[in-house]
Amino acid sequence: MNTPIRRMAVLCLVLFLALLLNATWVQYVQAGSLNERNDNRRVRDAEFSRERGAILVNGNPVAQSVPVDDQFKYQRRYPQPLKFAHLTGFFSYIYGATAVESNQNTVLSGSDPRFFVNRLVDTLSNKQPEGGSVSLTVDPAAQSAAFDGIQALGPDTQAAVVALEPSTGKILAMVSNPTYDPNKIASHDLEQSQSDYERLIEDPAKPMFNRAIQEVYPPGSTFKLVTAAAALESGDYDPDSQVDGRATYRLPDTSVDVPNDSGSSCGGDRITLTQALQVSCNVAFLRLGNELGADALSEQAEKFGFGQRYLSGLGAQAVSVFPEELNEPNTALSAIGQFEVAATPLQMALTTATIANNGQGMRPYLVDEVRAPDLSVLEKTAEEEMPDRAMSSTSASLLTQMMVETVDQGTAAPAQIPNIKVAGKTGTAQSAADRNPYAWFVSFAPADNPEVAVAVLVQDAGVERDAISGGGLAAPIAKSVMEAVIGP
Amino acid sequence: MSAASASPGFVHRRRRGAELILLLLALAVGVGAYAAVGLGVKDELPADMIGYSIWLAALALAAHVVVRWVAPWSDPVLLPVVTALNGLGLAMIYRIDLASDTNLSAKQLMWTTLGVVLFAGVLIVLRDHRRLQAFTYTIGLLSIFLLLLPMIPGLGKEINGARIWIGIGGFSFQPGEVAKICLVVAFAGYLVLHRDALALAGRRFAGIDLPRGRDLGPILAMWLISLMILVGQRDLGSSLLFFGLFLVMLYIATERAGWLVVGSVLFVGGALTAFSLFSHVQTRVNGWLDPFSDTGTFGQIVQGLYGMAWGGLVGRGLGQGEPWRIPFAYSDFIIASIAEELGLTGLIATLLLFGLVVERALRTALICRDGFGKLMAAGFGVAFALQVFVVVGGVTRLIPLTGLTTPFMSYGGSSLIANWVLVALLLRISDHARRPAPEVEPEGMAENDQTEVVVLR
Repeated sequence: MNTPIRRMAVLCLVLFLALLLNATWVQYVQAGSLNERNDNRRVRDAEFSRERGAILVNGNPVAQSVPVDDQFKYQRRYPQPLKFAHLTGFFSYIYGATAVESNQNTVLSGSDPRFFVNRLVDTLSNKQPEGGSVSLTVDPAAQSAAFDGIQALGPDTQAAVVALEPSTGKILAMVSNPTYDPNKIASHDLEQSQSDYERLIEDPAKPMFNRAIQEVYPPGSTFKLVTAAAALESGDYDPDSQVDGRATYRLPDTSVDVPNDSGSSCGGDRITLTQALQVSCNVAFLRLGNELGADALSEQAEKFGFGQRYLSGLGAQAVSVFPEELNEPNTALSAIGQFEVAATPLQMALTTATIANNGQGMRPYLVDEVRAPDLSVLEKTAEEEMPDRAMSSTSASLLTQMMVETVDQGTAAPAQIPNIKVAGKTGTAQSAADRNPYAWFVSFAPADNPEVAVAVLVQDAGVERDAISGGGLAAPIAKSVMEAVIGP
Repeated sequence: MSAASASPGFVHRRRRGAELILLLLALAVGVGAYAAVGLGVKDELPADMIGYSIWLAALALAAHVVVRWVAPWSDPVLLPVVTALNGLGLAMIYRIDLASDTNLSAKQLMWTTLGVVLFAGVLIVLRDHRRLQAFTYTIGLLSIFLLLLPMIPGLGKEINGARIWIGIGGFSFQPGEVAKICLVVAFAGYLVLHRDALALAGRRFAGIDLPRGRDLGPILAMWLISLMILVGQRDLGSSLLFFGLFLVMLYIATERAGWLVVGSVLFVGGALTAFSLFSHVQTRVNGWLDPFSDTGTFGQIVQGLYGMAWGGLVGRGLGQGEPWRIPFAYSDFIIASIAEELGLTGLIATLLLFGLVVERALRTALICRDGFGKLMAAGFGVAFALQVFVVVGGVTRLIPLTGLTTPFMSYGGSSLIANWVLVALLLRISDHARRPAPEVEPEGMAENDQTEVVVLR
């Protein structure tokens, strides 16, 4: 019987070998991916008991871990919660992390591979790993100006502001309203945090939503900048070209007459392109849209960033849309930012910043630099150009000039700043018959050497339909943001 | 006829000294793990550290003394390995006690004590394993009776869908574990008597040699009954174990590989039938294939996997992982807890300890001089190997999960006691196997044997 016993011994050996190999597979090979799964509580527990790195704005923390005397040892705290809620996001035991807390999680929790040496030292000295810090590009003065401007319209105002630095792409301000207090969700009182979270999720005004980047809206007349850019780029037009300025425009192939917002003509049967932009003449741009054609408009929109994701530092960016396969009447409507054209406030800010930067867009980014726990700089984000140059330098300066005239003499007058040349454009976008229109305003300043480009969207300020206008609601906010950046 | 006092090439040594040294090492493991748990969880040694160490040492040394006394030639590695496994299991159960505020480790210590007492009892009472051969049929019927016990209404309890437990006065007992040992003894006893008939006599049918009905019948009947009981009780892990065990012992006894082939076919067929018939088998298979599809139902496997991944190569350290997140981390999934806190290194070490037990059992089988002992030892070895494979395979998602227990480590009295008895039987067989064969005096007087001359004055 010895031979079969020996054979069975080999079988047992094979069985054990299979066990050993499988164990190695699970505990060594698959360990990384298993640890990254969202519902892995062990990882969350470990991260929660660690001193998480701070998120800084201009050296001041907008998110930090303070030591507390409970099972988790560290509490995540958000000074200035309402102002920075959508940028920091929250770090919660039950709900995980959002926004920068999530995007830069490996740095903040100290588990980033770049910290390997630090972690090795920590393991040897049996210290808990610390997180590195993240500095945002935000200018606190601009952020405050944007936040206060929206709050002045009412705390429940649905609005968003994005301000970019045209030459670099830095996000100088990003505010979305209604906002929320991330401290409540990061609280260690888990029951309380759960009920607060559920209340926020069920709120129809969607306070946790970052309206600046997560939702697209019809841009309305601010899209005329794209149409004008397409016109200038085509070579067939310049600021003095004569365009249609009558009271209505009949959409081709239909019997629909589209009027101007003013109800009357734009100042004559033939007006200059500059004047059309100044008074935001629908008729001129409707006809321009048909003359340029859907392809030209689509191409121009793409060059400005429509249809792409480019935001660095936050996830969940919605893609702005210029519709495809347009027929003639819809092309005309698209040219004035209606029909199915939809843009995020970030997209409109990027468009404006591109025009400000001589036609070359810079990729927007939120994280300026990342530091290791010992404060050595780990990485400083490099500026990056958008893949396509949107317009030539000449066309950009021509368009800039037109926008300056719009502020000096046109509908964008509320954004004037004494002694500074401001370039701007208003927009009032029709959304639905039963919904109030959206008020937009985009601008940049100083026009010859731009320091800031800003886009403001006021979705709902609880104001009567007749009183809604880009110049009235949105422009003052843009003005205060620009003033905050440029300085006294 | 003179017989050499030593088998050719085999040196007979008692090796009790080696066993003592290994036992001290095993105690260091058990006691050290206990201390480490206390340090890891509360940053201080457990309060009853001294008492616990003394108790564990007393048990181990008492067992060692009994072995020196009644089985001095037995295998020196088995007792220390088993002590180490038991100690490690105790420490892990204590760790989970600390996290979930229960007191299971005290009970497990009590079962350990009982196990060691029975171990000593078996060694003292049973001086020659061949005496069991006389009771082959009795033991076989006993095993069937034990398997049937949970079916008795009022006595039997259904836990987790399987009806394999009985409750007596507040204590739960799993008779299947003892039945396993009885079946091995019964199979061995029967097969060693009839192995020649099974191997040689019989008809040739379609190119395969089939044994005679009267030879195969009784054993086949016994086996089928036990299988049906287990399937009826929905304990498929045990069914698999008994099925495999029977086949392997049949193969070893008759040296016919055909049994393995037929058996594998039958097994695959049975498994597919079980899969299509039983919903809880389907659940288990789904949990094996894709546990993340439903982390609610398959929570145990998912948490086990997370725990193992969190342990990584060197583990989180005793007391510093979160094994309490795994349901039944102290019993079914104790291997996952070990893997989390001691890492892949600790898991491999534990698996090697299990492998050592199998190896010593099979080695004993090889050198054992009588067929019954050979079959019994081989049966125990293979049963142990199969059980470890099924348990650890289920926990680490190599195969679908079953309800088998982890020998020596899992919380549970019946399994622990049965395994200690199994080790006692192995030591008894190995004592007989390693003992030098009795010298037989040659015929005729030796030269120096003079009759005393009494001088009468």
